[in-house]
Amino acid sequence: MVRFIVSRFLQAIPTLLVLVTATFFMLRAVPGGPFAAEKSMSPEALKNLNDYYHLNDPLPRQYLGYMAGILPKAFRPTQLFVDGQIDLKAGFGMDFGPSLKHPTRTVNEIIAQRLPVSLELGVWALLIALALGLTSGVVASLRPNSWGDYVPSAISMAGICMPTFVIGPLLVLVFAVYLGWFRASGWYEPADRVLPALTLGFVYAAYIARLTRGGMREILAQDFIRTARAKGASEWRVVLRHALRGGLLPVVSYLGPALAGIVSGSFVVETIFQVPGLGREFINSAANRDYPLVTGTVLLFAVLIISFNLLVDIVAVWLNPRMRQAH
Amino acid sequence: MTHAACTKTDEAAPETGRPSSLWHDAWRRLRRNRLAVAGGAFLLALVLVCVVGPWFSGHSYQGDGSFERPNEAPSLQHWFGTDIQGRDLFVRTLYGGRISLGVGLCATLVSLTIGVVWGAVAGFQGGKLDALMMRIVEIIYSLPFVIFVILLLVLTDAVAKEYNLGATWNMLVLFAAIGAVSWLTMARIVRGQVMALRRQEFVEAAITLGFSRARIIFRHILPNVLGPVIVYTTLTIPSVMLLEAFLSFLGLGIQPPMTSWGSLIKDGADKMEEYPWLLLFPGTLFSLTLFSLNFLGDGLRDALDVRASKD
Repeated sequence: MVRFIVSRFLQAIPTLLVLVTATFFMLRAVPGGPFAAEKSMSPEALKNLNDYYHLNDPLPRQYLGYMAGILPKAFRPTQLFVDGQIDLKAGFGMDFGPSLKHPTRTVNEIIAQRLPVSLELGVWALLIALALGLTSGVVASLRPNSWGDYVPSAISMAGICMPTFVIGPLLVLVFAVYLGWFRASGWYEPADRVLPALTLGFVYAAYIARLTRGGMREILAQDFIRTARAKGASEWRVVLRHALRGGLLPVVSYLGPALAGIVSGSFVVETIFQVPGLGREFINSAANRDYPLVTGTVLLFAVLIISFNLLVDIVAVWLNPRMRQAH
Repeated sequence: MTHAACTKTDEAAPETGRPSSLWHDAWRRLRRNRLAVAGGAFLLALVLVCVVGPWFSGHSYQGDGSFERPNEAPSLQHWFGTDIQGRDLFVRTLYGGRISLGVGLCATLVSLTIGVVWGAVAGFQGGKLDALMMRIVEIIYSLPFVIFVILLLVLTDAVAKEYNLGATWNMLVLFAAIGAVSWLTMARIVRGQVMALRRQEFVEAAITLGFSRARIIFRHILPNVLGPVIVYTTLTIPSVMLLEAFLSFLGLGIQPPMTSWGSLIKDGADKMEEYPWLLLFPGTLFSLTLFSLNFLGDGLRDALDVRASKD
């Protein structure tokens, strides 16, 4: 198990390196630059600005400079000591550099401000998806081909086929405009979390319900379930203690792709509901060519998704003892 | 009962004279699945209306340039109402449908080609090459690829502006970008099938006869993988259309004056409080299309008896 985790960590390093390098050179291969759109600027000012951010340097040098910034300071021991003491926080930190479009702020500051908002939205969405999806999936699996099966299955099919950007505006129309229960957009009070999180989580609730139903049907047909029933275990105990653990497996392996989907879905949801998260910032910064902000965000999302995938794989091994031999 | 048996034997002899019981059985099973048939019929009708409809309508998707009578509610003259510039929404929805379906088909073809070739080569060759190719698939799988597509589209937009490339260029990049990120599942499925087929006698016979690898892969193995490929192609189309609409919703996909369902939904969502029909018509049609494609895909999967295999 330890070897498995370590090897996955080691595999992630080249992946991330390739990703950062590709993003870095892709951004710079395209004509125009971060300051090209500001027409009022004189050529000298433009040159000075580019000089200031080292954008006139040869590309390899810019690249090395950037990489030196983002390598965790742990690899550069001289900076690990602050006032003679080990600075643990700096050891794990990365310096993404200054933002080109928000001149007074660093990318690290922007991410520190925006990421918690996106994370909160994502966590709520994931919780809603799990709660709705698991419940309706288990209910549907218990009485197949009855109303208790058809209704959740039909709703989840609707969830899969109605994209986020249709559900979101519809929810706003009904609950904000006509009923007036929630704010149509904004991110101020706890109640403002409801509509965005529901919009983002609904699609995944639908998939999770389908997967849970399928997984539970398969497990409930197996011999050990019949044994448990024969031993007189109550239906609740059979479902929750014996079947659920195995029935959850497909759901757990789906959570990795689901998180990647929630990250990209958050771009749309943050746009619809005017949520000040990292997704909206990323799209703006890509359009503005804020090189450090784009590269930093891409790297951050990648690290987030890769770590979450690793976590999911560990949980899958824990849930399925048969997989332990393989690792 | 006898009647059914008769028709069965009658139909079991297709014109080619060759027994094709697999496809025949699949067709019979598919016809019995009402949801799949309804989905297929809806799609056929939709494609027909989208392709032919705009020619017979008195309105142009670009409007008449007069900006008269904007934001009108649905009426006999404008079935879906008019948009903010006074353009007929019905024609625009059909036109957007052409683009959305077209992007769905073309991008799916791109992903189909890459996925099938990639999976077939990896599965047939095996060994180190297979390990390397599947490793690449796994790595791309674990990445936030939508972010990369967004980046790619923003940047190609800049290239297009710099060199005055038209809307065609944007569309081509859109096909390529969407196709390039949606072939992974197809590659995995084809690889699994090819690996199973590779050990069968008819392939060994072909190898013994000294046929080239390309010939064996394309003439002997791939025709046997057709079933799963058809099923997953049908299921790729809705996800690809969803991705296109997602990008157009963010303002990155199809650019005006052209339109797609994604950009129509975006425009509708902006104005839905005053003019809800601008959102409801394109949104409903888009959802219905996704419904139909998914039902047809599920029906085909059951009919062709393809098991969802991961590798």
